[in-house]
Amino acid sequence: MKHYEVEILCAKTKDKLCFLDKVDPNSTIGEIKAMFHKSHPQWYPARQSIRLDAKGKSLKDEDILQNLPVGTTATLYFRDLGAQISWVTVFLTEYGGPLLLYLMFYFRVPFIYNTKYDFTTSKHWVVHLACMCHSFHYVKRLLETLFVHRFSHGTMPLRNIFKNCTYYWGFSAWMAYYINHPLYTPPAYGEQQVQLALIIFLFCQIGNFSIHIALRNLRPPGSKARKIPYPTKNPFTWLFLLVSCPNYTYEVGSWVGFTLMTQCLPVAFFTLVGFIQMMIWAKGKHRSYLKEFRDYPRLRSPILPFML
Amino acid sequence: MASSEEDGSAEDKENNKKKTKRPFVTAWLTIYNIAMTAGWMVLAVAMIRFYIQKGTHKGLYKSISRTLKFFQTFALLEIFHCAFGMVRTSVIVTGVQVCSRIFMVWFVTHSIKQIQNEESVVLFLVAWTVTEITRYSFYTFSLLNHLPYFIKWARYNLFIVLYPVGVAGELLTIYAALPYVRKSGMLSVRLPNKYNVSFDYYICLIIVMLSYIPLFPQLFFHMLRQRRKVLHGEVMVEKED
Repeated sequence: MKHYEVEILCAKTKDKLCFLDKVDPNSTIGEIKAMFHKSHPQWYPARQSIRLDAKGKSLKDEDILQNLPVGTTATLYFRDLGAQISWVTVFLTEYGGPLLLYLMFYFRVPFIYNTKYDFTTSKHWVVHLACMCHSFHYVKRLLETLFVHRFSHGTMPLRNIFKNCTYYWGFSAWMAYYINHPLYTPPAYGEQQVQLALIIFLFCQIGNFSIHIALRNLRPPGSKARKIPYPTKNPFTWLFLLVSCPNYTYEVGSWVGFTLMTQCLPVAFFTLVGFIQMMIWAKGKHRSYLKEFRDYPRLRSPILPFML
Repeated sequence: MASSEEDGSAEDKENNKKKTKRPFVTAWLTIYNIAMTAGWMVLAVAMIRFYIQKGTHKGLYKSISRTLKFFQTFALLEIFHCAFGMVRTSVIVTGVQVCSRIFMVWFVTHSIKQIQNEESVVLFLVAWTVTEITRYSFYTFSLLNHLPYFIKWARYNLFIVLYPVGVAGELLTIYAALPYVRKSGMLSVRLPNKYNVSFDYYICLIIVMLSYIPLFPQLFFHMLRQRRKVLHGEVMVEKED
């Protein structure tokens, strides 16, 4: 068996960083990353981006050396992706914050509101309902992170955790402050508004969960295969007929429900910002589905049926 | 940060490319930049004349306020120039810069009349005027493919003085406005209300002032880096992201 030689250069400076000889032609990029890590311990595999071209796209860990357009002496380029953190860690932190912070406002922990309100509870039952819904939402997200989601990438750049946590923690504190405020005003249309809102919220929570399960089942454990998602026997997944990312559709729906339930402008604002971000993600996902699968259903829109 | 500065070198290349491909865009941008140069020059002349005639800065803001509001508000167009790809600059950077100017003009000096005669107002008006005249004439000459070195020199050197001066003027003005905002409760909403929201303009202004702390050094050092690149042709090895 003919062995390959692999030299790894820095993508920016073109300096020779590493030379590997007697490399098995069937080695994967993942294995090469492990070898590179040995000679440069500060660059663990997750923060390595290996490419064929200094400015090109990153090669996948599963790519096999002899299948790449390289000679028996392969030149690869390395770029440092920066400190990495696992997706699971990020999700747990960014969702754990809102769960705890909201409860602090709900229980009126000292130093938030006027001292005379410390540890009191609201007299409006919608405030208790809102706390249950908000907490349920984030507990669901935490459990999904631990048991449902299958992540394509193991890690993301470290700075994302600061950005993401600021967003989630900041917004949930801002919303929680007003909903649990002693001077909170319940919805204008009373019981009916809250009941409608609750139905919308629960419907969308179940819908969102159904989509997460359907997406998980698309991909067997340990696999990174990519397939077109289709409706299943679960009626909540029938939204796949009209939309590429029904999980985002349901998520927006949940927050619309929560806005209606609390009649709180900061919540409306959070819903709007979330919608804009998810719309951007949905458009991207939709575009990559269209690019990857020639038989992708034409009826589907990214996030809102027939609209967006 | 109100002194609008952008990445001149990338713009130059892009402007050169565009000139050969998009005559209407170039024509419009040239007209726009000439008009803005002229507008800020009119402002400069009006301020100088006022000071020479009256010998004091009191009443100066009032005398130029309409012209200032017109030309500064018109600058909102620059956001669209970026959004439509007519100018190669980030929409967000331009947006932040123009909005901070709009904020200063409409939400501070226009809305809080009692501070219009503060010295700090003249401070930032002078800084803005010199900066904008330099900036718009830089763009104009670049578009006309005939950039005199002294304009390039001015754009990449005057900011070293003008930027801190402008920031000082803005911060001092906002600081002076605080007591009047507190007393009048302007632009503020209190609980309880139907939409369960509150907004305290006084606190908002304090947050705006605090935001200068992280933002000003970033923008200033960005301009310093641009300066080294453009004036001294230094090859900068960029920090890996």
